[in-house]
Amino acid sequence: MSEQLKVKTMQEFMSEGKQPEILFWVGSAGSYDDRAKKISRAFVKLLNKADVDFAVLGTEESSTGDVAKRAGNEFLFQMQAMMNIELLNGYEIKRIVTCDPHSFNTLKNEYPGLGGNYDVVHHTQYLKELLDNGRLTITGEGYKGKRITFHDPCYLGRANSIFDAPREVLSKTKAELVEMKRHKKTALCCGAGGAQMFKEPEKGDMDINVLRTKDALETKPNIIATGCPYCNTMMTDGIKAHEKEDSVTVMDVAELLANAQGL
Amino acid sequence: MEYLPNIVFAVALVLGIGFFARNVKKLSRNIKLGKDVDVSDNKSQRWKNMAKIALGQTKMVVRPIAGLMHVIVYVGFIIINIEVLEIILDGLLGTHRLFSSLGSLYNFLIGSFEVLALLVIVAVVVFWIRRNIIRIQRFIKPEMKGWPKTDGNMILYIELVLMTLFLTMNAADFQLQQLGADHYMQAGTFPVSQFIVPLLDSLSESSLILVERTAWWLHILGILAFLNYLYYSKHLHILLAFPNTYYGKLKPQGQFNNLESVTNEVKLMMDPDADPFAAPAEDDVAEPEKFGASDVMDLNWVQLLNAYTCTECGRCTSECPANQTGKKLSPRKIMMDTRDRLEEVGKIIDANKGEFVPDGKQLLDDYISREELWACTTCNACVQACPVSIDPLSIIVEMRRYLVMEQSAAPTELNNMMSNIENNGAPWPYNQMDRLNWVNE
Repeated sequence: MSEQLKVKTMQEFMSEGKQPEILFWVGSAGSYDDRAKKISRAFVKLLNKADVDFAVLGTEESSTGDVAKRAGNEFLFQMQAMMNIELLNGYEIKRIVTCDPHSFNTLKNEYPGLGGNYDVVHHTQYLKELLDNGRLTITGEGYKGKRITFHDPCYLGRANSIFDAPREVLSKTKAELVEMKRHKKTALCCGAGGAQMFKEPEKGDMDINVLRTKDALETKPNIIATGCPYCNTMMTDGIKAHEKEDSVTVMDVAELLANAQGL
Repeated sequence: MEYLPNIVFAVALVLGIGFFARNVKKLSRNIKLGKDVDVSDNKSQRWKNMAKIALGQTKMVVRPIAGLMHVIVYVGFIIINIEVLEIILDGLLGTHRLFSSLGSLYNFLIGSFEVLALLVIVAVVVFWIRRNIIRIQRFIKPEMKGWPKTDGNMILYIELVLMTLFLTMNAADFQLQQLGADHYMQAGTFPVSQFIVPLLDSLSESSLILVERTAWWLHILGILAFLNYLYYSKHLHILLAFPNTYYGKLKPQGQFNNLESVTNEVKLMMDPDADPFAAPAEDDVAEPEKFGASDVMDLNWVQLLNAYTCTECGRCTSECPANQTGKKLSPRKIMMDTRDRLEEVGKIIDANKGEFVPDGKQLLDDYISREELWACTTCNACVQACPVSIDPLSIIVEMRRYLVMEQSAAPTELNNMMSNIENNGAPWPYNQMDRLNWVNE
């Protein structure tokens, strides 16, 4: 176990009669996936550093139902959504931040129609906010001279037109940002969306993540940055398929920022 | 007998437009087979989108070469229609170059029509080369075999012939003007067709008149024929692009609709006061609504309008990650299949006095395979790529909904994922009580 993170649950806030500034929606990947858990931890280190009064739902959190919806199971999605909304509304949650663009998209766009109205931001947007208003400053220069290329997650970029926040946050690491040929609105999917993460791909002549990693490798990066736990898995696997795991790493924007500051 | 040409012209015009109107009615009836959907919101934004995307061609020029060529053909089509108006009036009234009284403006107009006509010919030739010589990937995908390929080329041939007739007509007219023939008053400038004149040099006045009249008649009859070809072709986009961009999705691309029929059931399930054993109310015997879509009637009318609007350019398919990696899925094929099935349904209705009689076929499986549907990553690249706001993804999702909720026919791995969510609130089989373990690892 590394250093202690300061993480409080909504229940604890409630018993103290307090409201947090923001709720950190960890998501299933961020809670259980070994790689994604590191992203959650890095993000919390930054929140702790910026002294953000945040809460998590802890064991009360449940799947947003997003992946069920993309798979076509509207029933399961709405069951999950209404359960979560009951919980969130009970705690009078106003603002939510999440590291998962899929949770971000469904909480922001699809929950309102079912009675869940919150100000939802992606962690790259929230980090930008903390940097902009001076609550978080990055002085480390560990990434100076490194080449970073950012892979736009579909549900952050194309789906919600958020392109600048992750790039602005990345620029604080002092690394050199290089763009892939297809980026922003025309970025290629990593292959995990639409519930593909949980099944084998259909028959074809290549896996999508291998193709997307090829795009990234063409920029000769040291690091492929992304802002989605699923993209992270897919790109990491893609790097292995290209046998580049010794020279290129895949990192989340939050991890890069935390590392840059030596957190 | 003096008025015979006028009468023949009027009859041709009425038949041409009448037949087209009949097909438009059929088109509209077929589109209305779709479910109702509320698109009455945000009118000003919708007009703006139509002006920008359809009228302004903003998404066409994302690909510069095809985009520029298309803008030329499009502008040519619209502008040369002013000339068609003159031709129609001349035909009905028995006049010749009715607008020539506009003087220098007329000369300018005719001159620009000629330049545009030439540019259209160049663009059409480039298009033909891209399809048939360079064989650009997206034009030779499996769904483009047979009629779609022929259709694409036919449109180019028709456009080429129409423009050539227009220029031939002008060249003969110009020569007749120079010869001082009766009725052929000095009017117009002929920057392009003057170069055709030498070919007509040796012709007598009467032969020239024959050439001019023949080209004139074939040109206008060709336009009427082309108008009627639209319904049988992918080329309907020249009309439908406008309503289609108007009714296009305004919400963030990532936002899928929440099925209201499901909401009602889920609310009932979660209501602690609801009596699970209550007998349904007397008047509540309507068949429960079907979840998702297995046939075209289960889609909404905007999705059906999408299908008729698709001109099979294939930009969606060329951007699709599944298609790029050799999977069967092609968003363009989803649209073509939807249109073809809708046409089939329309024909069944026509053959059965306005009633649809089940024919043992449906959109799912008979047109669109499950393999295609499950290959989609819902990444929205197809939606982003479409120059006329077509949403193939919404159809894919609607059909997945049918497969999962009506047929329980999701791939096994997805069924496992979904039962994990049901049992422990995560797509993986982990205990919900361990959700916070990451903090101390």
